[in-house]
Amino acid sequence: MTKISLEPLMPILDKLAPKGRTALLPALQAAQKIYGYVPEQAAVAIANRLHVPLADVHGVLEFYALLYRTPVGKTVIHICADPVCAMAGADTMLKQTSRKFEFHGKHKDKTPTVTIERSPCLGLCEHAPALLVQSTPLVQPESYTWEDLIAGKGKKPRSIIGGDISILTANCRKGQIVWLEDYKAQGGYQALNKVLQMAPQEVIEEVKASGLVGRGGAAFPTGLKWESAAQSTAQPKYVVCNADEAEPGTFKDRVLMENDPHLILEGILIAAYAIGATYGYMYIRGEYEYQYQVMSQAVDEAKKDGLIGNNILQSDFSFELELRQGAGAYICGEETALFESIEGKRGFPRVKPPFPTTAGLFGKPTVINNVETLANVPFIIQKGATEYRKIGTEKSPGPKLFCVSGDVAKPGLYEVPFGVTFRHLLFDLAGGIRNNRTMKAALFGGAAGAFATESDLDVRLTFEDLRVAGLPLGSGVITVFDETRDMRDVLLRLAHFFAEESCGKCYPCQIGTQRQYEILQRLATSSLLPGDLERLQDVGWTMTEASLCGLGQTAASAVLSAIRLWPELFKSHQAH
Amino acid sequence: MTNQITLTIDEKEILVPPGTTILKAAQSVGINIPTICYHDYCTANALCRICVVEVEGARTLVPACVAQVSNNMRVRTNSERVIRARRTILEMLASSVDLSDAPDILAMLQEYQVDTNRFPEAEERKPSVIDDNPMYIRDYAKCILCWRCVQVCATDAQYTFAINFSGRGYETQIGTFYDKPIPETTCVFCGQCVGVCPTGALKPKKQWLLEQGLPPAEIVQLTRFNRSANSRCR
Ligand SMILES: Cc1cc2nc3c(=O)[nH]c(=O)nc-3n(C[C@H](O)[C@H](O)[C@H](O)COP(=O)(O)O)c2cc1C
Ligand code: SF4
Ligand code: SF4
Ligand code: FES
Ligand code: FES
Repeated sequence: MTKISLEPLMPILDKLAPKGRTALLPALQAAQKIYGYVPEQAAVAIANRLHVPLADVHGVLEFYALLYRTPVGKTVIHICADPVCAMAGADTMLKQTSRKFEFHGKHKDKTPTVTIERSPCLGLCEHAPALLVQSTPLVQPESYTWEDLIAGKGKKPRSIIGGDISILTANCRKGQIVWLEDYKAQGGYQALNKVLQMAPQEVIEEVKASGLVGRGGAAFPTGLKWESAAQSTAQPKYVVCNADEAEPGTFKDRVLMENDPHLILEGILIAAYAIGATYGYMYIRGEYEYQYQVMSQAVDEAKKDGLIGNNILQSDFSFELELRQGAGAYICGEETALFESIEGKRGFPRVKPPFPTTAGLFGKPTVINNVETLANVPFIIQKGATEYRKIGTEKSPGPKLFCVSGDVAKPGLYEVPFGVTFRHLLFDLAGGIRNNRTMKAALFGGAAGAFATESDLDVRLTFEDLRVAGLPLGSGVITVFDETRDMRDVLLRLAHFFAEESCGKCYPCQIGTQRQYEILQRLATSSLLPGDLERLQDVGWTMTEASLCGLGQTAASAVLSAIRLWPELFKSHQAH
Repeated sequence: MTNQITLTIDEKEILVPPGTTILKAAQSVGINIPTICYHDYCTANALCRICVVEVEGARTLVPACVAQVSNNMRVRTNSERVIRARRTILEMLASSVDLSDAPDILAMLQEYQVDTNRFPEAEERKPSVIDDNPMYIRDYAKCILCWRCVQVCATDAQYTFAINFSGRGYETQIGTFYDKPIPETTCVFCGQCVGVCPTGALKPKKQWLLEQGLPPAEIVQLTRFNRSANSRCR
């Protein structure tokens, strides 16, 4: 065991110690920043200072993909190999980067200078193939030298942001971060001001009247959620902003955070006021380091300006917000797993009921909302529910962000009113299929979604129309595949994603995602065994019906939809 | 007098107090729902999902060991959906670990007519036996990840916190801090984990040595409890 000096870690632990176990992830992350990994001695020190059993520290370290128990290279490169990036050549990039590493990294000394990891979707799908060098996203890596690459020098991605309306994305189209001064100059924080003159119940009524439903995937009515938490009698109450965005194909929350951080903060503050919360968390996925920095600066600005803290804008309302970083676990986007993670535990989803609004974070009433959901709130308050309802349809009011990527001419983030057709989004906004090809399929809702085909082009993008069409809206992901794509490879990568990201708690998903992956490996290599189709269906059905949480319940969704659409794909290669 | 809850399970009308689980309500009228991870003295995590039942109006199947009864609930414990889920879960389990020392689960395999070779070419979990202390061995090739050992070692009983999880997903395995041998952990050799293990993954070392065919004298020698002597040979 190499000896390390605990000196740089100790002052950090002194600061975190009073929080106890909830500071475990931040403490481990701090240690990793110092040492490059979490050495045993550091883990012991953390356990002692935070009063967490050693074995539990181990369990947490082992759960999160971005935490390392053993030394890794000075530079860590993550390359996404999920479908969108795979279509853009991620495999070649992985191979070439690894070869370059062999060439440059081997002969100097024995400790690795670079670590290259295959990563799940990095939320950079419109820049595929995506890679992160020490948490910095770079695009077109093939165009720079190896030295520049490992130094993180290179082109930073710029997103295409478009659409028919710009209510949520108005400030995202300016090409620069909208800091507090600019945000206020455009009328920012006036909704908060207005809310502070209202009774909390009035705020809730307004949100209920707006018809806003959650944009994180489950489409639960936001006003009802707030009301339920407001009515819970236990104290304290918490607001949590879910910024763990990791559904393959999704990058909308990233764009909001990196351009318009105060819009999200304003939404969080209004939610807190409405339910009577005095403390909140924003949980940002670990791979979004840059967005975390932006949000941190925005929080600092807001604190200095009296927008976060005691007696906000001279009112009786006080609220503190703590930013948290995830550590590489898709499952931590699931609300109860996210709570466990904030509490300093492995990200295992809890059994529901109880629901978060009665027993959520630390067992207290909690409202958890997605970034985009909260970004809708200032507009609703400012302009009123009636005005808000003029956007979209009767049953799906409001604006919606769609993340369009894959084989389209202009992959990007598009803001539209609910109710436009898929055709409009795909052809008029995203520029149609790349290279004059035709569309074979589009995956709606991310890895947990289902495939649409040409016959779905005229479906209107609303909750009600998509339900009838059997397509999930999910978090607003549409991944497009052209006629030349091998859907077997797409399915294999989706299955790989779920097998990697299953938390392992419940049997159907723990084992089912692995068996599904194995069968799809055979499918991809044309070596299906007799009975594999039935096996795949039984496994998929059982995961859907019997899994504990949404991950397992949707882990077979895309595969089952592919079986319905392209049955021949699963038969042609069976042994004769 | 408490308000009783009325529900039907497999067409039988039942009256039970509020807060009762479907599992206990069924047991009260002699309907047996199979369980694997559930244990009367451990926190219920509803993770094996073998106890799932069909509840009218519910989107998915429901775990009977934690789901509480409600008025006018209609439950079916043996429908086609229930059987399909249970059989598939058991087939998947049999393809993953060695169940030869788990009599209760072996009986279930019979009852649900499980094809134990349903998943050919499946990757099994088969780490080698860990024999690092004089009291018990850990044979995680037999571990079904029911979590009982972790829980009794922690807040369900002993508050020792010697074991937890390594890895995640299919690769999960019960482990110790930085993979230390048991004598270097906080383990107090209370034996509670061995007591609750349903699969023989945790086994008294004496029994294990006997099964290996060792003569008694040697067994006594090998299982003498001596912490310092034991930790010397690391
Ligand atoms: C596996 C899984 C991953 C999820 N990931 C996210 C996520 O990254 N962001 C998010 O907002 N919601 C995610 N959710 C949904 C949350 O559980 C929760 O419903 C949501 O945060 C509620 O916010 P909303 O009502 O504003 O949508 C996920 C759910 C599951 C089952
Ligand atoms: S469904 Fe999957 S992710 Fe969810 S609890 Fe079960 S194993 Fe974990
Ligand atoms: S070792 Fe035994 S008690 Fe522990 S999780 Fe495995 S099967 Fe359950
Ligand atoms: S970043 Fe590669 S698929 Fe999203
Ligand atoms: S016995 Fe109910 S889930 Fe295991």
